[in-house]
Amino acid sequence: MNEFLQLLIVGISQGCIYGLMALGFVMIYKATEMLNFAQGDMMMLGSFVAWTLIMDLGMPFWLGVPATLIIMALFGALVDILIVRRVIGQPQFAVIILTLGLGIIFRAAAGMIWGQVPLTIDSPISGFSSFYGIVIGNERLAIIAVTAILIAILWAYFRYSKWGIAMKATSQNQLAAYYSGIPVRVIISAVWAVAAAISALAGILLAPITLIEPMNGLLGIKAFAAAVIGGFGSMPGAILGGLIVGIIEPFAAAYVPAVKGSMIYVVMLVVLALRPQGLFAQMHKKKL
Amino acid sequence: MRILFKTNYKQDLNLAKHGGHRFWYGLLILVLFAVPLIFDGYYIGEATRILIYAMAGLGLMVLTGFTGQVSLGHAAFLAIGAYTNAWFLAQGFSSFVALPMAALLSMIGGLLVAIPAARMSGIYLAIATLAFAIIVEDVAGHLSSITGGNRGMMVDVPILFGYQIWESWELYLFVLSILVAATLAVLNILRSPLGRAMIAVRESEVSSQALGVNPMKIKVFAFTVSAAITGLAGAFLAHYMSFLTPQIFGILLSIQLLLMIVLGGLGTVHGVFFGAVLIGLLETGISIAKDSLPSSIGGLPGIEPFIFGAILVGVIAFEPTGIYGRWIKIRSYMEFFPVYRRKSFKRQRAYLKTERLR
Amino acid sequence: MSLLEIENLSISFGGLKAVDDVSFTVEEGSVYAVIGPNGAGKSTIFNLLSRFYEPLSGKLKFANNDLLELGAKDIARLGIARTFQNLELFEHASVLQNLLVGRHVHNTQSWWRQLLFTGSVVEAELEHRTKVEEVIDFLELAHYRNQIISSLPYGVRKKVELARALCIEPKLLLLDEPSSGLNPEETEEMGFWIEDIRRDLNMTVVLIEHDMSLVKEVSDRVLAIVNGKVVAEGAHGFVQSHPEVVSAYLGDSQ
Repeated sequence: MNEFLQLLIVGISQGCIYGLMALGFVMIYKATEMLNFAQGDMMMLGSFVAWTLIMDLGMPFWLGVPATLIIMALFGALVDILIVRRVIGQPQFAVIILTLGLGIIFRAAAGMIWGQVPLTIDSPISGFSSFYGIVIGNERLAIIAVTAILIAILWAYFRYSKWGIAMKATSQNQLAAYYSGIPVRVIISAVWAVAAAISALAGILLAPITLIEPMNGLLGIKAFAAAVIGGFGSMPGAILGGLIVGIIEPFAAAYVPAVKGSMIYVVMLVVLALRPQGLFAQMHKKKL
Repeated sequence: MRILFKTNYKQDLNLAKHGGHRFWYGLLILVLFAVPLIFDGYYIGEATRILIYAMAGLGLMVLTGFTGQVSLGHAAFLAIGAYTNAWFLAQGFSSFVALPMAALLSMIGGLLVAIPAARMSGIYLAIATLAFAIIVEDVAGHLSSITGGNRGMMVDVPILFGYQIWESWELYLFVLSILVAATLAVLNILRSPLGRAMIAVRESEVSSQALGVNPMKIKVFAFTVSAAITGLAGAFLAHYMSFLTPQIFGILLSIQLLLMIVLGGLGTVHGVFFGAVLIGLLETGISIAKDSLPSSIGGLPGIEPFIFGAILVGVIAFEPTGIYGRWIKIRSYMEFFPVYRRKSFKRQRAYLKTERLR
Repeated sequence: MSLLEIENLSISFGGLKAVDDVSFTVEEGSVYAVIGPNGAGKSTIFNLLSRFYEPLSGKLKFANNDLLELGAKDIARLGIARTFQNLELFEHASVLQNLLVGRHVHNTQSWWRQLLFTGSVVEAELEHRTKVEEVIDFLELAHYRNQIISSLPYGVRKKVELARALCIEPKLLLLDEPSSGLNPEETEEMGFWIEDIRRDLNMTVVLIEHDMSLVKEVSDRVLAIVNGKVVAEGAHGFVQSHPEVVSAYLGDSQ
């Protein structure tokens, strides 16, 4: 039982990371119908930027984190303004290929700038907590806590703030949003900014557990699996999908180690075969 | 400027539309078959590599370029074809058995992916193919008894009618012949009802259905043909590399294939070959350039994928029609000179055409 | 003989009854117009006929075939063709290729024959081409033949959409707002096409339309739908002056 709880909490904390990345992914998809295959690489860049600020330049942790988020938000917006905007109106596969290419560039650039040697950040959150007979690293608990707080903030943001509502409107109908006076292009860049910041946060949270290296970007693929399982149209679905993926991983590793690498993808394919829109999809029929 | 006088519909059906076409393409094929006479070992090897890329790209183009189903995991079919071919040869069969089996097993793989995938819309399909590729790579690593697992597997040389193909030029001609046959088959599909149906499914599944096209059947057909061709490419890749490990067939290979067909010109057969040549030359070029660049730049880890990614992004952002598209523009410029209008190729600033169901 | 019989057709979208107990019959060889304010459910009826949606209840009969037993891809083979309000053309293909897809239901060649492009495939292709050229002549699309759709003006695209439906050689033609987006001359031309289609091609036409003069010009009978319900049916004059139809279009301040 203890082992079960242990694996569960580890899984939930990992799931929060995937959920955050999947959230950024789904946000961008909802607003622009674009698949950002560079989402994982943005997470990776976020952790590298944090390392530079905190470890290399000596910024205190609690200053470095918000600074990283702001920098990555600007970065996300710039990616949209400079590159992604050029492919508006092109068919979906063009966009997929574009973001795949961006992902490759980010990973390669990270390797060139920071090298391939794994790095680490000294985080003020360390040590272990134990309860109910299990021992959990505090970083993992921090992940869960921060994710919960972030979800609450985002929920309030989309519900009550002008910008949040504008983002939702743009997600549902770009043309109508445009006619309502919403600056659609700015909003979309803002969506990219927020998504990048969320991914960067995930990267920072992950840093104490997994060393920072360019290949971390490929974690993004698991986030896609999460987004798919949860269903693309839905932000709560993204989080839940992330949790599902996160929980499956440690259990698969413990009980069926032979196929642990592809387990989540098998699950994803099964979900897709049974329910092609994902578990919590919010999509309806196209108006003909 | 060439003016074509058409006197019957048959002319529109022909692959080579006029004398010029027949001359240049005929010359091309002759030159291709004559390569072993002109070049020696190293270059023949490079040429073979390009031919194999072209075959793989042809398969992917059928699925992604013509039917619009984005596959992010086509390396999986390369893997299936490669290992199947190697295994059958190791059991003592000739290439006469091993190659068709490679194609057949790839086709079965294609069917396995296609049947669930055909029900999915573009994005899920892309991710499903990615997942499929990851699973295949994982499985290849685990099935050590068959595939040699992560330690790798040696590949025997092709055997045709008892004759062992050791020479690089022999392999080159073998690959070239199969490639020509495959290309002809694809060109035939494109000028028949099936090819049009594939394009219809790519452009608008809704109206295809209203016109009597069964999108499911078409997608499955495209998947199987694509998988078969790419499987054959994989089989030849096994011979080219002589030694297989699962790591060869990772995500980066799938993305490289995609880059190839996009760079070359998505949706065209020309694009397959332009892309293959360019990527093949690029790989060689980067290795050469790396040696000649100052070590501060050339020695940077990751410079190769960086250039790849930059080209990919650049092409999509600035010339989405790829090399073939640019070639068409250049050719139009020369044909219509001096009355060429740049605006005739101006991209429509389309508003986001929602594929999403609202 | 009634070609199309709709009985008690209903469908809801999330609690809203988009089509509510609609029944009507279309006689063979006639031109039948469906009118009503925007959002009344007219296109939904077409989409139900095309089997893109599953009705809540009701019967759909076409020439003694129960349409509910079929899927969307089987409708064309029966001889029902339709155009779309928002034009679902194949953007990156030429006009000719678009029209040739319309011949898909008449394809007889197996896949491996097509792979080898045998003599029978060539013959079949030439025949398809001949038939398509007849439609091109009919709608005067000849000099647009090889142009890519994305480069064509809206009025021409509408003709191509119509031409593509005609290539099926259908018995029943469903036109969804054929005159929307067209200027008065083009609309008048469209009226002539519809007349020619009925007369020369022996097709039955059902059209959704907002342009009342076009409706008056071509249709034999008119059906008025308001809020998903049938409100009036009959000759044009009767329907046009029906009080409920008038108030639906002009508002209740009458």
